[in-house]
Amino acid sequence: MFNKADRIKENLRSEMYPSIFCLGCGIGNVLNYTLRAIDECHLDFDKLVFLSGIGCSSRLPGYINADGLHTTHGRALTFATGVKLAKPELSVIIFTGDGDCAGIGGNHFIHAARRNVDMTVIEINNFNYGMTGGQTSPTTPIGGLTTTSPYGSLEQPFDLAELAKGAGASFVARWIPSYAYETIACIKKAILKKGFAFVEILVPCPTSYGKKNKIDDGKEGWDWLKEITILKSTFNKLSDKEKEQNKKMIIGELQNIERKEFSQSIGNI
Amino acid sequence: MEQGEYNRIVKAIGKKQLFAQGDEAYAYGALLAGCRFFAGYPITPATETAELMSKLLPLIGGTFIQMEDEIASMGAIIGASVTGVKSMTVTSGPGFSLMQEHIGYACMTETPCVVVDVQRSGPSTGQPTEPSQGDIMQARWGSHGDYEIIALAPNSVQESLELTIECFNLSEKYRNPVLLMTDGEVGHMREGITIPDFAGYNIFDREKPQKDLKDYTPFLPEQGKVPQIADFGCGYHTYITGLTHKPDGLPATDDAEIHTQLVTRICQKITDDADKIIKVEELFLEDAETVVISYGITSRAAINAVKILREQGEKIGHLRLITIWPFPEKIVCKIGESAKKILVPEMNLGQIYHSVKEAVGYNAEVIKFPKIGGTLHTPQDIIEVLKEKIFNV
Repeated sequence: MFNKADRIKENLRSEMYPSIFCLGCGIGNVLNYTLRAIDECHLDFDKLVFLSGIGCSSRLPGYINADGLHTTHGRALTFATGVKLAKPELSVIIFTGDGDCAGIGGNHFIHAARRNVDMTVIEINNFNYGMTGGQTSPTTPIGGLTTTSPYGSLEQPFDLAELAKGAGASFVARWIPSYAYETIACIKKAILKKGFAFVEILVPCPTSYGKKNKIDDGKEGWDWLKEITILKSTFNKLSDKEKEQNKKMIIGELQNIERKEFSQSIGNI
Repeated sequence: MEQGEYNRIVKAIGKKQLFAQGDEAYAYGALLAGCRFFAGYPITPATETAELMSKLLPLIGGTFIQMEDEIASMGAIIGASVTGVKSMTVTSGPGFSLMQEHIGYACMTETPCVVVDVQRSGPSTGQPTEPSQGDIMQARWGSHGDYEIIALAPNSVQESLELTIECFNLSEKYRNPVLLMTDGEVGHMREGITIPDFAGYNIFDREKPQKDLKDYTPFLPEQGKVPQIADFGCGYHTYITGLTHKPDGLPATDDAEIHTQLVTRICQKITDDADKIIKVEELFLEDAETVVISYGITSRAAINAVKILREQGEKIGHLRLITIWPFPEKIVCKIGESAKKILVPEMNLGQIYHSVKEAVGYNAEVIKFPKIGGTLHTPQDIIEVLKEKIFNV
């Protein structure tokens, strides 16, 4: 009936625009990619629930014309567990950020992955707490300057994809927005996967992390993401020694396994 | 609820006459009220409710889940509730502390849910196996910001079942979390109970929006002050946020007028109806010069003490608070106008005492009778204190 762009526009809450996102921020791209992935899945928006916690990325459900639950900081996965187990016929998509998911929400994250309730978690990692002005987050690189690490971050950052794999997630992937088609295809796969699916998308934060670390214009931010990542296909071609020495974050599909989905198990008691 | 569903619940419970613990009665009451989702985390002295729910809910098509902590349990029951499924969690002091942020979230988002707090002796880990009434003020003020809460306090196992049903009905009616403030003594003691007949109790289900999609404004009540928010998954596309929101549900965080209207409405929907919500039990109040005011397990000793002293000719009465919050301010105020002295025995160092004092003002003398450490007030304790502090004998 409509072309794809019109259909996607239909699914936005026009009254919410202009958005809160800064110029050069990657979160809007993630919304665009997610809506395109949903369109390709032919999901009914009446049976879709979007949830989020607190932070810049967690504002996304507000822009989507569907049921949305903007919850508390770090706890979106607990609410999502309640939604999905109470009404298994609903599809559940969660937007979260690095601080929301791995800082205050870290415990819920590993348990949700372990439990393997059917849901898609899109974690948008901008390497800092952007909404509160750019503090150190669990994914800030060592040496990264933030308002609470003025001498450079001393903490080892979390690799959230590895954490999700270790906790038992059915599907794990990581992308950067410059790989638009790959990211859309990946989100589609994550949504269609029965079980806990985790997609991390690295995005630039020009206003907070970018400004402190001199990667604050749009292009610099996108280039920086390319510098700090390596495609899984490229990584696989490295020698064992090179792999060992690799410090770059691997992007691509990182885990896709068959595990019993929890809401089905619970329904079978 | 249909008769068939009621029959399935009774079949799952096993029989209609039971010798049961308070902790079990909360589960029975919840199922009879229509609760079909339970999330919880083990904690003494509340664990037995979760254990029983894990056994019974799957038998009647409900869902039980043990979450990773109490924050998660509270999140899960709110998540279940926004889909239209009645939900509950049960905890005790330390878990109740962890739940406070989400209780505030449920108030702000007007999500019905029931929290049972089987109070134990605190602060902190305190005395895990000992009863207390130390969370009464936390129940009222534990979450940040301005909100109203409904809290009930049972004093027997039968009443635990009945008030759990009442908690669900009030929660659905006012779209607010409702707390059952019970304690380790009521939770663990065993008494004979009767499961009510199908026609013997009422169930209230939350109102659904009557307006069609075009005119649907989720946080604008069609009448009164309680809105008709659609369940998730039925095509209304509702946005729910803990941020200050406009009647359409979308955030508006820097507008004083919108915030004032929203928070005033979610408070007034409770306070305007306080007289309808509040339940008390009065004994010998007509000519009482001395009144004992108590609630929960303490009221059993207090009522005994008052009866004994009446027999001895004292002009003494008793007021039992079944509803703790909203506080029965008008009733207590009236008692203050006729009585000379009021004794408030509590298993804490004086909590509801402050509300009694506030309602009474300087009309009567209010005396607290605290007891902590896990031992109950006995009727003899109360008689002795009354004789010493009030009758001067």
